Amino acid sequence: MGEYILLALSCILINNILLAQYLGNCPFLGTSKKMETAVGMAMAVVFVLVLAGVITWVVDAYMLKKFGLEYLRTIAFILVIASLVQFVEMFLKKSIPALYAGLGIFLPLITTNCAVMGVCLININEEYTFMQALVASFSYASGFGLALILFAGVRERILLARVPKPLQDTSIGLITAGILSLAFLAFKGMV
Amino acid sequence: MLTALIFMLGLGAVCGLILSVASKVFYVYEDPRIAEVESALAGANCGGCGFAGCSAAAVAVVSGQASPGVCIVGGPESAAKVAAIMGMDPGSAQAPVSQNECLGGFRADDKYFYNGVGSCRALSLVYGGKRTCRVGCMGLGDCIKACAFDAVHMGPDGYPVVDEVKCVGCGACEKACPKSIITVRTMSDRLLHFNQEDDPLAPCQQTCPAEINIPKYISQIREGDYEGAVHTIRERNPLLLTCGRVCPHPCENYCRRGIEDDEAVSINQLKRFVADYEMNSGKRIPIPCAPDTGKKVAVIGGGPAGLTCAYFLRRLGHDVTIFDMMPKLGGMVRYGIPEYRLPKEVLQWEIDGILGLGVKTQLNVKLGTDFTINSLIASGYEAVFLGIGAWKDYSLGVEGENLEGCYTGIDFLTRFARKQQGDSKENIYIGKKCAVVGGGNTAIDCVRTLIRLGAEEVSIVYRRTRKEMPANEVEIIAAEHEGVKFHFLAAPVKVIGDENGRVSQLEYLKMELGEPDASGRRRPVPVEGSETRLDIDMLVTAIGQGPDVSFTDEGKRIRDLNITRWKTIDNDPEVLQANIPYIFTGGDAATGASLVVEAIGGGRRAARSIHRYLSGEEVAPVTKSLRKKHIPESLFEMVPGVKKTKRTPMPELPVEDRIRSFAESDLVIQEQDALSESNRCLSCCRLCYNKDA
Repeated sequence: MGEYILLALSCILINNILLAQYLGNCPFLGTSKKMETAVGMAMAVVFVLVLAGVITWVVDAYMLKKFGLEYLRTIAFILVIASLVQFVEMFLKKSIPALYAGLGIFLPLITTNCAVMGVCLININEEYTFMQALVASFSYASGFGLALILFAGVRERILLARVPKPLQDTSIGLITAGILSLAFLAFKGMV
Repeated sequence: MLTALIFMLGLGAVCGLILSVASKVFYVYEDPRIAEVESALAGANCGGCGFAGCSAAAVAVVSGQASPGVCIVGGPESAAKVAAIMGMDPGSAQAPVSQNECLGGFRADDKYFYNGVGSCRALSLVYGGKRTCRVGCMGLGDCIKACAFDAVHMGPDGYPVVDEVKCVGCGACEKACPKSIITVRTMSDRLLHFNQEDDPLAPCQQTCPAEINIPKYISQIREGDYEGAVHTIRERNPLLLTCGRVCPHPCENYCRRGIEDDEAVSINQLKRFVADYEMNSGKRIPIPCAPDTGKKVAVIGGGPAGLTCAYFLRRLGHDVTIFDMMPKLGGMVRYGIPEYRLPKEVLQWEIDGILGLGVKTQLNVKLGTDFTINSLIASGYEAVFLGIGAWKDYSLGVEGENLEGCYTGIDFLTRFARKQQGDSKENIYIGKKCAVVGGGNTAIDCVRTLIRLGAEEVSIVYRRTRKEMPANEVEIIAAEHEGVKFHFLAAPVKVIGDENGRVSQLEYLKMELGEPDASGRRRPVPVEGSETRLDIDMLVTAIGQGPDVSFTDEGKRIRDLNITRWKTIDNDPEVLQANIPYIFTGGDAATGASLVVEAIGGGRRAARSIHRYLSGEEVAPVTKSLRKKHIPESLFEMVPGVKKTKRTPMPELPVEDRIRSFAESDLVIQEQDALSESNRCLSCCRLCYNKDA
């Protein structure tokens, strides 16, 4: 049990997918202007990442490794994740409209999200077991949500402040992201 | 190699198969326009629009939450395509033109010395660009450098000047300007712009309910460009002849010339001067209109609010019809304001100008009797503006007020105005000793009309003192000059009739002023046993008026219209939309009896909302809306180095002449007076830098 908690902590805080690994920067900047959007995106990422992490682990373990086709991993994962997201979107739209209204519009954004792809590949590279992959995927996604929501809160405050014109919007966003990232650097060495 | 190929093909086939089955199984109907709009967007999924990707933006466009120009990557082409799909007005039919809002003025001292890079953008980084105040031109010419078409140059006063012929409306100068001084807008955008917190606005322009760019037209008068001045006023107020005569000019109360014992610039006289200049020149200055949109709007009520709303909607290209219950347009301005203040001939000239734009009219039809809101919607009108005014006199609520010889203010003025214009042949009784109850403009209009009609003794009975009278100061003074008697601190309690049922006496209680009430005026308190009787043979009560909302009894839908407890039509004060989405309302009908210029401001605000409603955009409030609030730092307390000069007095007819006729009593100022008056303007909030520093 302790091992899983340690894994979760390290995935959420120390190796935070956004602020330590610098993956998934497009939604990080694109959907962090409003808190509402950020929360929606964070939920969608948690949802998709857990599914993708698990399914890619299965694909890798029972198909790629079995046929000795590890070199096809990247392209196979892209295909699987893209199809999965599309499938989930269609499924939600029909079956759970309420959930779709909450995260549906964010799902297409995740289709080609490097954070999702990155986590799936990390799971394999670190040679996690199925349970470990599940916990890691969920934790990475939570870390993504944590950073995104924190960042959206900061950006909403920045909107009210007087920012010099050349630095407005994305520029100040990137500077803020840098400072936030420095703060997360302090977790290094904790585990 | 073969295994890999087979594997990938197999995986692809499985994924494809699952998805194609899923798309059949999980099919949900979706507005086909969403897919069309999405294909017109750039497809970068960048999130730059603030929505989560292109499909989210497309959904937002279709549901009306975003404008067709939402895509920042796709630019104007994408906007035009989306607008075509949505059937919206992309606004591209009109050429945008760059315009410098800043026209120069006196120089202000800088707050600090700036020795940095010669660029507005760099300078604006220091202290947020405040040299004197946060609005105003910095004068370092970033816009000139940005213009690829050589259309902007530095004017003699050190402010950029735009050559409209060379300007192509690319928007480069606007992007370069760190202060939004130079703007690139279409005519429609300009007409629908409302005061915003970060606009360069002089205190007078912040105060004006119609938001006229006062310093701009004054500076145009100074340069002798009277046509330009008329054009500037018309961008905000189509009734300049009327306002030039009857407006109580709240703007002048905030004139910075008026602080420190100097006298305010005579802003309204200048407006009247250019307005009369156009009328007397014999030709109308052409008013441009946007291309026709084919959307039909009904404007109910042809008063100042309705006329203004119709004028702006027509200029925006809509098909407008005004419905009015009276035989002539003008509403309260025609039937409530007497001839000696606003000659009907002048008003007609002004109204003809508005109708000349292609506004249609339906006269002698009353809402609720001859037609209903439902019948308008059924005949293809997409939006309705309710500008029905406040025509219902409040009653005094005392014994005997219905005796013969008792009248109410608006009713009396209207009946007389109709007779004077030949609309009716009714005989109007005029007493010898008349009393008018009330202290507002209607009361003053009644007494001044009665004097002209030959009443021997006319008195005003008002329950507070002269200081609390809501009527315009100049009107009160004119009434005093014309021999009206004033009974202040007098509250009528009974009207006494003779044996024939005719009014013979008015009994009132004397009052004294007590504690201030909610309106800040001291509340009158009756003095016990102070009953006094005044011998009269005619009584007019003019103690206020409200809208007649009896039309809400007709028709199913309209019964849901929200009415406030003051019997005005309830609306969103920012967009003037009523609780029924296609009904917009302004003027006295929404605010209760108020100023003409207030109704004009309301008419334009409603026109903006209706335009957005018709274009399929969300009827959203103005961002950073100022709405007669003031920008504190612009109300500077002192102006150093200003020489005090006398205000140009208003020329008037001599009292002996004017009380015998209905000839206009206030006259227009001479051209040289107008020029000297225009030089008294301090051009507030257009000065921000010292160009020699």
